[in-house]
Amino acid sequence: MMEKPHVEVKGLTVTARNAAGERFPIVSGIDFALQRGEVLALIGESGSGKTTIALTLLGHARPGATIAGGSIRVGDAEISTLDRSALAELRGNRIAYIAQSAASAFNPSRTIMDQVIEPAMIHGLMPRATAEAKAVDLFRALALPFPDTIGARYPHQLSGGQLQRLMAAMALITDPELVILDEPTTALDVTTQIEVLRAFKAVVLERGATAIYVSHDLAVVAQMADQIVVLSQGRIREAGAAAQILHAPADDYTRTLMAAARPAIRPTPVKVALPAAAPLLEIRNVTAGYGRIGKDGLPRVPVLRNINLTIERGGTLGVIGESGSGKSTIARVIAGLLRPASGQVLLDGEPLPPGLDGRSREQFRRIQLVFQNADTALNPAHSVGQILARPLAFYAGLKGNAAHLRVLELLDLIRLPASLIDRNIGGLSGGQKQRVNLARALAADPQIILCDEVTSALDTVVGAAILELMAELRRELGIATMFISHDISTVRAICDDILVLYSGTMVETGPRTAFATAPFHPYTNLLIGSVPEMRTGWLEESHAGAAPPPIGAAGDHPDLCRFLPRCAARVDGLCNITPPPRHGLDKGSAGASRILCHHGDESLIAS
Amino acid sequence: MIASAFKRAKTLPLSGKVGLTLVLFWLAVALFGPMLAPYPVGAFVAYDVFEGQSAAHWLGSDYLGRDVLSRLLSGARYTVGLAAAAAMLASATGTALALTAAVGGAKVEEPLSRFMDMLISIPSKIFSLVLVAAFGSSLPLLLLIAAITYVPGNYRIARALAVNLAQMDYVQVARARGEGRFHIAITEILPNMIHPLLADFGLRFVFIVLLLSGLSFLGLGVQPPDADLGSLVRENISGLGEGALAILAPAVAIATLTVGVNLLIDALPGRGKGR
Repeated sequence: MMEKPHVEVKGLTVTARNAAGERFPIVSGIDFALQRGEVLALIGESGSGKTTIALTLLGHARPGATIAGGSIRVGDAEISTLDRSALAELRGNRIAYIAQSAASAFNPSRTIMDQVIEPAMIHGLMPRATAEAKAVDLFRALALPFPDTIGARYPHQLSGGQLQRLMAAMALITDPELVILDEPTTALDVTTQIEVLRAFKAVVLERGATAIYVSHDLAVVAQMADQIVVLSQGRIREAGAAAQILHAPADDYTRTLMAAARPAIRPTPVKVALPAAAPLLEIRNVTAGYGRIGKDGLPRVPVLRNINLTIERGGTLGVIGESGSGKSTIARVIAGLLRPASGQVLLDGEPLPPGLDGRSREQFRRIQLVFQNADTALNPAHSVGQILARPLAFYAGLKGNAAHLRVLELLDLIRLPASLIDRNIGGLSGGQKQRVNLARALAADPQIILCDEVTSALDTVVGAAILELMAELRRELGIATMFISHDISTVRAICDDILVLYSGTMVETGPRTAFATAPFHPYTNLLIGSVPEMRTGWLEESHAGAAPPPIGAAGDHPDLCRFLPRCAARVDGLCNITPPPRHGLDKGSAGASRILCHHGDESLIAS
Repeated sequence: MIASAFKRAKTLPLSGKVGLTLVLFWLAVALFGPMLAPYPVGAFVAYDVFEGQSAAHWLGSDYLGRDVLSRLLSGARYTVGLAAAAAMLASATGTALALTAAVGGAKVEEPLSRFMDMLISIPSKIFSLVLVAAFGSSLPLLLLIAAITYVPGNYRIARALAVNLAQMDYVQVARARGEGRFHIAITEILPNMIHPLLADFGLRFVFIVLLLSGLSFLGLGVQPPDADLGSLVRENISGLGEGALAILAPAVAIATLTVGVNLLIDALPGRGKGR
C-alpha cells in the first residue's frame, strides 16, 4: 500500500465575481496528490488557473477570488480551514513561494542577506548567526558566485538569474515542507535559465524538497517534474507521470501545447527574381549607443559595434541574442529613433537620414516597427478603429468611408472580427492586441517590418498562431521582415537568414540552413545547447553553460573577443591576446556562415 | 446628451453622487442665488446683530444686522465663478506648457522648468499682496493672481506625467511613423493623463477657493458691500465666540463646495477601471 500523500488537493474550486456581481468558477474540480520529495508541475496557458491553484496551497486567493470548495491538505494541515494567523504561521515557514520576477520581489533598499534570512527571523526559527551560516550554505549549493560575501550586496548589484537563485535560498532557509515555484525562469534568457534550472534541481534533490512547479513551458517542466498536471480554462485536461505526458500524451490539448512549443520549419517563400538591384535594406558599419560621443568615435555606453547586414525584398532576417545584446537597438537605429554614432542605413540603395529629422513621410512609411509588448505599444486611450485608421490618414490621406473599409480589410487580414472596431484596447486579449499591433504596421503598406520580440510576451499556442499569420502575410504581401528574438528555435523556423549578436558584436551570420548543422560559433553553440529539449533527463546530459577552461589575464586590446569570459572553447595565449578574425565557416550543402572567432571548422567540432 | 449624462451619473459610486449633488447645488446657487435672495446684499434689515435662525432670517443676521442668507446666496457666485475660472486657466496653461516641454526636448524644457521653479518659489500670499497693492483689487486681477499662482504646480504634475508617457512604446511608434510633435502631444499623450489632471484640477480648485477666501479675509479680495464666502467668514469673525450662524454658514459653505468637488472628481471612472 502506498503511503499517505504529503500534499493532497481534492475537488478544489475557486470562484471570482464578474462585472455584474455574480460568482463564477475560475478553477473547478481540481484533484492531485504528491508524495514527499516529489515535484509536481502545473502547466497551461495564461488564464488556465495554474497560478490561482498554486496560491491556494498558501491559503491565498487573489483579490476578488474566493476558495469556494474542496480540501487542500499539506502534511497535517488542512489549509482551507485555517484562519489568518494560522496561515501566517505557515507561510514562508512550512510552505514557501518563489515568484516569477525576483527582480521586483526583492526590496531594493535592504541587503540580500537581510532578506534571505527574513523568513527564519519572522518565524523565530533560529538565531541570526545560524540563519546566516545556513544561507551561505544555500548560496554555495545554488552555485552563486562569492557565496560568503554575496549576502552583503544589494539587489541592483546582481543579475536576474542570480536574484532568482537567491529567492530560492530565501524560500529554502526554513526547510519548508512544500516549495511553490511560480514560473521562476520565464523571464530569463535561455543561457541563464539552464544555470538556474541546474541549481534548482540540485537543491531539490539534495534536500528532498517537495515542490510544485508552475510553468507554461513543457520542455522546462520535463527537466524538473516527476508528475505533470495539464490545465486549460480552470480544469485538468490530463495528469500523470512526466514521461507519460511528454512521450504519450492522451489529450488533444496536450498535443497542441507540444506542437506549439516547437515551431515547424516553414518552407522559404519563393523569391521573385528581380533585376540586380540594391538590397531593400542595408546597414553599413553601424556603431551606436547612448550618451555623448567621445574622441574615439564611440558613444559613452556603446551598444552596437560595426554592424553590417542586408535584407532582400521579401526576405526575413532573424536577429538573436541575450537580453542586453543590442538586438532592439538595431531596430531603433533603422527606425531612426536612435542616431548611430557612425555608419549608414540604406533603404533601396539610398542612404537614410540618421535620425527622425529629415526623413520623408515616404521613407517613414516603408519601414514599420512592431514592438514586443502590445500592452504598451497600443495607446489605451484609442479604439482599435482609431489605431488602424491613423496610418491610413497619415500616409495615404484616406478618410471617412474609404478609411473605414480599409480598416475592415485589415481586421479581416489579421483574422479579427469586424465587431472589434470600436473596442478599446483594454477589452482585447493579449493575442488580439498583438494582431492589432501587427495590423497597424501593415496599414502603412510597408516594405519592411521590424518585429521586436513580437511573440515573447505571448503564450506558446497564441505565439505560434501569430507566427503562422506573419508567415502567411509575408507570402501574400511580399513584405520583408527583421525578426528580433531571444529564442533560437523560433528564428530558425521562420527566418531565411540569421544574425547572432553578442554584446553588440555580430558573432555569426549565415543562412538558416547553416544554423542546423554544426560547427557553430561557441556562443551560437551555447544558445542552441541551452534550449531545453522536450524529454526527461536532458538537463543532466547537457553540457551547455559548463565552466570555461582557465585562462590568463586578458590583454587590453579594445577588439578582443567579447565572449571570452564565458567561452567554453577559449584558448589561452590566443583569445586573450589577439582580436579574433571574421572568417567563413563552410558547412558543405548546408551553406556557409561567417563567424568572429579564432577557431576554424575542425577545432570547433573538436571542442 | 442630457440623457447620457444622467445615465453616467447613475453609475457613479455613492461618494460620487454626493459630490455631484453638492457641486450641482453650488452651481445652481452661483447661477440663481442673487435672484433668490430675500433681501438686497447690503441692506440692514435685522433688529439685532448676530441674530439666530428665525422665520424672517433663515440663517440669522451678520455683524451689521444684514441678512446672512442673502449675502451667502449673492457671495457664492464670486467664489465658485472665480475659483472655477482660475483653476481652469491654471490647469490649461500648466498642461499646455508641460506638453510643450515633454515633446520639445531639453532646449525647450530646461528654460521652461527653471522659469516655473522661479514662480513656485514666490510665496503666493505675498505675491497677491504686492499685486493688489500695486493695481488695486479687481475681479480680473484676482483671477489672474490665482491662475498664475497655481500654474507651476499643475505644470510640475503634468510634466511628470507627460515625460513618463512620452517614453511609452506607443509614443515611440508614433515618432517612428513620422508624426509631428503636436499630434503626439494631443492625441497620444494628453488622453492618457486626463484623469490624474482632473484630480489635480480638483485640488487646484480647492486651493484657489482657500486663497481667495484668505485674501478676502485680509480685506484684499472682493470689495464691500459685495462679499465672497471668504469675506463672509472674515467680517463675522467677531461672532465666532458666540457660535453665530453668520460665521458658521459661510464656513460650512466653503467646506461643502470643496469637499463636493473632490468627491466628484475622485469618483469619475478613471484608467484601470473597466479593464
